[in-house]
Amino acid sequence: MELTIDIHKKLYYRMVLTRQFELAADELFRAKKMHGTSHFCVGEEATGVGVGVALSDSDYITQTHRGHAQSIGKGMSVKRMMAEFFGKADGYCKGKGGSMHMADFALGSLGANGIVGGGIPIATGAAITQQYRQTGNIVVSYFGDGASNTGAFHEALNLASVKKLPIIFVCTNNLYGMSTPQHESMNIDDISKRAISYGIKGLTIDGNDVIRVYQETLKAKEYVLEHGPMLMVLETYRWLGHSKSDAQVYRSQDEVKQWKLKCPIDRHRKYLLEHSILTTQELQEIDSLVAQEIQDSLEFAQMSPEPTFESIFEDVYAD
Amino acid sequence: MREITFKEAINEAIREEMRRDDSVIFLGEDIGIYGGGFGVPLGLIEEFGPSRIIETPISELTFTGAAVGSAMTGLRPIVEVMFSDFITLAMDPLVNQAAKNRYQFGGQTSVPMVFRGASGSGTGAAAQHSQSLEAWVAHVPGLKVVIPSTPYDAKGLMKTAIRDNNPVIFYEQKLLYATKGEVPPLDEEYTIPFGQADIKKGGEDVTLITYGRMVQRSLDVAYSLKQEKNIDVEVIDIRTLVPLDVTTILQSATKTGRVIVVHEAVKTGGFGAEIVSTIVESDAFFTLKGPILRVAGLDVPIPFNKTLESLVVPTPEKIREAIIQVAAY
Repeated sequence: MELTIDIHKKLYYRMVLTRQFELAADELFRAKKMHGTSHFCVGEEATGVGVGVALSDSDYITQTHRGHAQSIGKGMSVKRMMAEFFGKADGYCKGKGGSMHMADFALGSLGANGIVGGGIPIATGAAITQQYRQTGNIVVSYFGDGASNTGAFHEALNLASVKKLPIIFVCTNNLYGMSTPQHESMNIDDISKRAISYGIKGLTIDGNDVIRVYQETLKAKEYVLEHGPMLMVLETYRWLGHSKSDAQVYRSQDEVKQWKLKCPIDRHRKYLLEHSILTTQELQEIDSLVAQEIQDSLEFAQMSPEPTFESIFEDVYAD
Repeated sequence: MREITFKEAINEAIREEMRRDDSVIFLGEDIGIYGGGFGVPLGLIEEFGPSRIIETPISELTFTGAAVGSAMTGLRPIVEVMFSDFITLAMDPLVNQAAKNRYQFGGQTSVPMVFRGASGSGTGAAAQHSQSLEAWVAHVPGLKVVIPSTPYDAKGLMKTAIRDNNPVIFYEQKLLYATKGEVPPLDEEYTIPFGQADIKKGGEDVTLITYGRMVQRSLDVAYSLKQEKNIDVEVIDIRTLVPLDVTTILQSATKTGRVIVVHEAVKTGGFGAEIVSTIVESDAFFTLKGPILRVAGLDVPIPFNKTLESLVVPTPEKIREAIIQVAAY
């Protein structure tokens, strides 16, 4: 299946946007201009973007704590994400969520989750709604290799399987649960084998190949609408630490270096040039657009007001 | 008025709301033809079918979390856990997700769901199936907590719970299921607002604040003390712990100046402490004639032995003694 130029542009654009968004935020943390913490997905951009671009606005996602590619991949606004990073009133969550709780319900993002595995049952419930209302929409539940060890993962795959729910369980396997390597937290190499226990389809692919991720998501979408859930494992790697306070003593610099050679953005860029899909100039134009959008988002965030004290009591309960 | 059981009252509330609103679905274990752990869902599967009466594998964490997800995408799920003790398995979706999602996502969503289960001791179910853990959830902003005491209240409060746009924890004390009470005819719709205590018996001498199955026990003691010793006890059934009807509590405390709080849950960290604090932090404190007493469950797990089990919760004798003690101030 050939991708259109527009899709290629969208994939490239959203990956670069994610990368630059996170690098800008990381710089702000280093300069101590940002409160709290964040979990960056630099190196993993092809996962959230490849999947997200394959979805429609009316499909749903639940993101993880390392979810910026998942949010931007679904089309969320970096302005409002940046404002949320700064805890401002115009942020997606009015400054109450921060990096770990980005959500855009108008775009089908049911929110990033600070609890590892916490979003998997929620996504399963959203899939119950799609099935009950016969919407023809699907749900993507994002989680990592670490979350595939939680009870929530196993219970949810089982429930979704029994009920044949339209949901893709997307595991971004970046090889570490915080500092714990995959081989120390499970006795299997291929996480998609876990699908076998629940009688559903499992698939593991190169998560740094954005084209493949996109194509497989399109196929998976059709599949889950007809047959019920599947587990799709995207093999990737996190370049930066778990969060801003991670000395990364648990892995070698060489390992990180090797994975940086597999950069999903460089790879896509190379593909686009080699196949004469986009020119260097066109790619540079996209890069400049992204740079401008990041700049705009920083200005938007800085101009946005602080939340009022009164807002502290707002939205505890719905009317 | 007709008389129905507490269990039938809840069933009627769910049935009526499911008929009224097709966004109401029901999730839980064995809630189909088996009729659930205590028979509350009996007959629902026949009327509403498996697309709305969704029987789940044994997986409290996930079916409660799934309720959160379906609530955030437009449905109004009711979740049954067979025994409310199993809330321990569903704490993440309730506490970290349902209670916080509206707030932490800046008001973008709401989580209209009811989490209901059988609570309390008295059936020989022992330590893991007899607890009253309502104070845990009352401690979490974003949740509402309901514990009815009569069939009338159970029906009206359940209908309100299903229509509420927030996660509601609805405790059904299992010894109440078979109790009967007057409920309006089926064609007379009613709901009971949250945050409105019900004065189950007016009185001038002592304020007794309670909820759940301790309401009837307290009433029995109150009526007998009126006859025997002419002590006039006002029995307040708070009905909802969150939101709490502070006004009714303070008015009564101010009127009588003598207060006791009765609940089945263990004393330490129990909701009674919250009620007492609410009174002593207010001007009602100055009208008190003596200390406020708590008559609550002993600070032990629920034992299996029938006699021991009956002694763990507030007995009529203990309630009686406490009333006599404060009445003397």
